[in-house]
Parts: sequence; structure tokens; C-alpha cells
Amino acid sequence: MTAVLSARHLIKRFGGITATADVSIDLEAGARHALIGPNGAGKTTLINLLTGVLPPTSGTITLEGEDITTMAPHQRVNRGMVRTFQINQLFNTMTPAETLALVVSQRRGLGTRWWERLGARDGVAERCAQLLAQLHLTEVQGQRTEHLAYGKRRLLEIAIALACEPRVLLLDEPVAGVPTGEREELLQTVAALPSDVSVLLIEHDMDLVFDFAKRITVLVNGALLTEGTPAEIAADPQVRAVYLGQEVADHA
Amino acid sequence: MNTPNIDSSAAGRTRALLAQASRWPAWQWIFWVVAFIAPALLPSHALIINEIAIVGLFALSLDLILGYTGIVSLGHAAFFGMGAYAAGLFAKHWLPDPTLGLIFAMAVSLVLGLLCAFTVMRGNDLTRLMVTMGVSLILYEIANKLDWLTGGADGLQGVMMGPVLGLFEFDLYGQTAAYYSLTVLFLGFLLLRRIAFSPFGATLKAIRDNRLRAGAIGIPVGARIVVAYAVAATLAGAAGALLAQTSGFVSLDVFDFHRSADVMLILVIGGTGWLYGGLIGAIAFKVMQDFLSSITPQYWTFWLGLFLVVLVLVGRDRLVRPWQWFGRSTPATDPAPASDGATTKPGASS
Repeated sequence: MTAVLSARHLIKRFGGITATADVSIDLEAGARHALIGPNGAGKTTLINLLTGVLPPTSGTITLEGEDITTMAPHQRVNRGMVRTFQINQLFNTMTPAETLALVVSQRRGLGTRWWERLGARDGVAERCAQLLAQLHLTEVQGQRTEHLAYGKRRLLEIAIALACEPRVLLLDEPVAGVPTGEREELLQTVAALPSDVSVLLIEHDMDLVFDFAKRITVLVNGALLTEGTPAEIAADPQVRAVYLGQEVADHA
Repeated sequence: MNTPNIDSSAAGRTRALLAQASRWPAWQWIFWVVAFIAPALLPSHALIINEIAIVGLFALSLDLILGYTGIVSLGHAAFFGMGAYAAGLFAKHWLPDPTLGLIFAMAVSLVLGLLCAFTVMRGNDLTRLMVTMGVSLILYEIANKLDWLTGGADGLQGVMMGPVLGLFEFDLYGQTAAYYSLTVLFLGFLLLRRIAFSPFGATLKAIRDNRLRAGAIGIPVGARIVVAYAVAATLAGAAGALLAQTSGFVSLDVFDFHRSADVMLILVIGGTGWLYGGLIGAIAFKVMQDFLSSITPQYWTFWLGLFLVVLVLVGRDRLVRPWQWFGRSTPATDPAPASDGATTKPGASS
């Protein structure tokens, strides 16, 4: 298997604090890869480095063979690397239908069209309706995002990322705050993505991680602790020590 | 991929919903018909209608960057003034034709807008307020110093305008001026309306609502801000050109800080991000200014200030619904009379 997304020796320092300490990680084509670690392990910082929200102090990032270390976030998106946010980052005054029409239009290179009506292009409304149905947002498609219930906003967060037609998808705690019943469904939607889409999942819920991931990387204090298959991770005494033995051991 | 089967009716509903936003409600047609009848109906007020149209266009241009893109500016007069001087100098030294002068002034303001756009791409609201204000103050002083060109503090005099399109001479009562300005305002409005409901406009709203996410869905944020700023500068320049052409005079006042502040106030009065805010604000501001200064020439700004304080404390939506003042503050579910539609922000009352 070849690595689609590959980070080499990433280091990020904020003043005297090292948030990411020499992390190297490979995401293989079609990966279902999870990134776990206790709070403050630097998981979100790593995502921010990969997506270009933060510049690394040193190290390189390549996407499908291309060095993207210094690229702006939107250029990485145009090359197929898309993320979701741990804290919802939505367009509050727009409706879900408008939001998705915008994202689909932008992704299809229509973002500079000032003379066309949003959603007038063939296929844009169809794709929006498809995404709205897929993430159970059809009933609220015409309501302003700021008035939506939290669970719906969380679904919209994911829908926006899917509307970007990702080749590499980075999910930062996608089910945080989603009611238990809808969690599985949400992850099934993600798991059902085409097999050539590579997914990196950050999640606290170990049940979901072990259900979803074929490969797991453990991050502690900004550094790589270990990486392996779910079975290897569950059996790893170091990981058990970090998680005080309990949660991970249940999956052994 | 387990994408659910979408029957064509679901896609049709989404398409209809997206199309709905850009419809012209009846009150908007009435608004423009009334606007264009007004100079003929009230010939003695043609001059103030001209002023309202100019300030309305100026406010409209600010709405594109403030209301749609979320870029605050306390120096929008920079472009207004540049357009005014460009149009005045063009008429004085080259050609008296208003249309060519207007196009020239817009081109000059566009270039200035592109140059200045880089000052608003970085930083936060506070630094933008300072930088935009600084740019307009610098231009004010430059216009003051270049008195061989601009007339300095005496203003640019001897601007003689030709007839509009070679047909309509400017008259003393402001009829031609009012129709000329209203037409340019309407064209500018149509352009901004087109932008507002386009994918491009949606990317601007995305930047306003959440700049971080806008970048994370592939929008080149910096480039979008540059374009929005340049378009806004061009239209502000057109407003300045209209003032120079219809008054035949340009003074340093066009760059003055109060112009930038007034246009911001006008948008606050009418509401940002729905295009009509600038127009309604301009009407309210100018009519109030005219009315108050005829009662109390010295202290009219006191009453204007009082109105603004009340507006902010009571809130715009409540101010236009006096029957709700003494009731409980319930969501506006009661059917509002049709006349109220013009002053209600779409979406705010649903």
C-alpha cells in the first residue's frame, strides 16, 4: 500500500511548549485510521498542522507525492484533503441548503461565478439534496443554521466536509455531542465512503474507534507512542498504562 | 456508497428553496417604482432625492464589504473622494461627458481599491478600522497639498458638465441630476443583487460567517476579499463621481472622516447584509437631516444622536413595530401589515 498522506518529523513549538514532538504518520490509500490519545496529547494540533491551519516549526507533509508543507489551507482542500472540526465551524446565517450549495459550487469551480444564481447549475441542487438526505437534514434544509439543534449542526459539520468530495478526510471528534442513537449512523455514513477515500479519525469513544479503525496511532504528550492494528493496540501494555488499563483492555 | 435514492422531487424542493431567496417580492418593485416617480412627483425635492440616491449608492457599496464580507471600514470615504476628484478633474481637463467621466472615476477608484485591499486582508476589526481610517486621512491631506491640481482647501471649481448621454442637460432644480443618480444607483443595485445571490456572493457570506471554515472548504479567502473590496471601492467611486458631476464642485469634504462615519451610521440604521439597509438608511438619514436642520439648524445633530441611541437601545425590529413596545417581547409571529415589509429584515421576522 502507498501512503496518500504522509507527515515526516513534524515538530510544532508554541514558545517553550512542544505541542507536536517529531511525529511521523502515514495514511494509506483507503485507510480507516484512528488517532487516539489522552486529552492534551496534541491530536488537534496535529490535524491543524496537516491541514495548514498552523505552520509546523519543522518537518514535511506530502499529499499524493506532492509537498504541501507550506500550502495554504484552501489549496490543500482543492487537492482533496478535507477536515471537520471538533468545535462546529458553520455558516450561521445560511441555511443547510445554502451552505451545501455553496460548498458543492465551490468544489466544482463555480465559486467565482458572480452572475449565476446559487444552485442554478445542473447537478448542484441534486448533490445537495443527496447530502441532506444522507445526513438527515432534509427537514431542516430551509432553517437558518444558528437556529438548528446541536445534533443537526453536528451533522451539517460532517455534510460540509463530504460536500467537498474528499480524497483524504480528517475527522476531529465527529460524534462529540451527538446523541448515542445517532452516533453509529454517523460513523456508518463515514465508513460507507468509497474505499479510495482515506479517513483519519480522532475520537475519544473507544467503542467507535475499535469498530471503525483498521489501524490506530496513539499520541501521548505530543509524541508518537505506538501504532498498530486494533488488536495490537488493545494488547499494548504502554497504551493500557496511558488509559489506566480499563477502556482499551475491554477490546482485547 | 450507500447514498440514499433521491427522488427528483427532493432535489426539486432543494432547488426551489435555493431559487426562492433571489425572488423579487412585491414591495421591492413598489420601492423602485416609487423611487423613480419621486423626482417627477416632488419636483421641489429633486435635489434631496439626488443626494439620497448618491448616499444610498455609497452605503450600498459599504454593505458589500461590511454586510456581506464582514470587513469593517471607517475609511470608505477614500474611494468616494477619489471618485469625486477623478470625475471633477476629468470633466475640467478632458471631457465634460458625464458617462465617460463616471466610467473614468470608477476605474480610478477600482485601482485604488485594489491597492488598498491588501490593508484589510490581515489583522482584526480594530486594526482594520484604524488602517482604513488612516488611508482616507492620508488621501485627504494629499488632496489638500496638491492644490495646483485639486484647488486645495478652496475646492475644485469650474467643473462644467455636458448633458447626460448628450441629451439631458443638468437643470437648476435637480431633475436631470436625480434621474441620472437614481439610474446609476439602480444599476449598481442590480449588480450587487446579482452578486449577493450568486455562488461568489455565497463565498463572501461564508467568509463573513466563519473565515476559518471558509478556508477549510477551499475558498481562497484573501483573493475573495480583494475582489469584494475592489468592487465596493468602484461603486463608492461612482457615488463620489455622481456628487461631483451633479453639484459641479468638489471640495476636500469628500474625503472627510464624517463621510465614512455617516455611511456607517446609515448602514446601522437600515441594517447590514440585505442591500436595502443602505437605501432605507440613506432615506431615513437624509430626510431626518433635512427635517431636523429646518427646525433647529444648529442642534439637529443632537436629535440625530438621540435617534441613534434609541435605535440601538430599542432595536430596529422593535422600533418599526410600535404596537409591540408595551407588550411582552414575543417573537414576531403576528402578521405584519404590508407597509411594514419594507423595513423588516428578511428572515428576521420568520
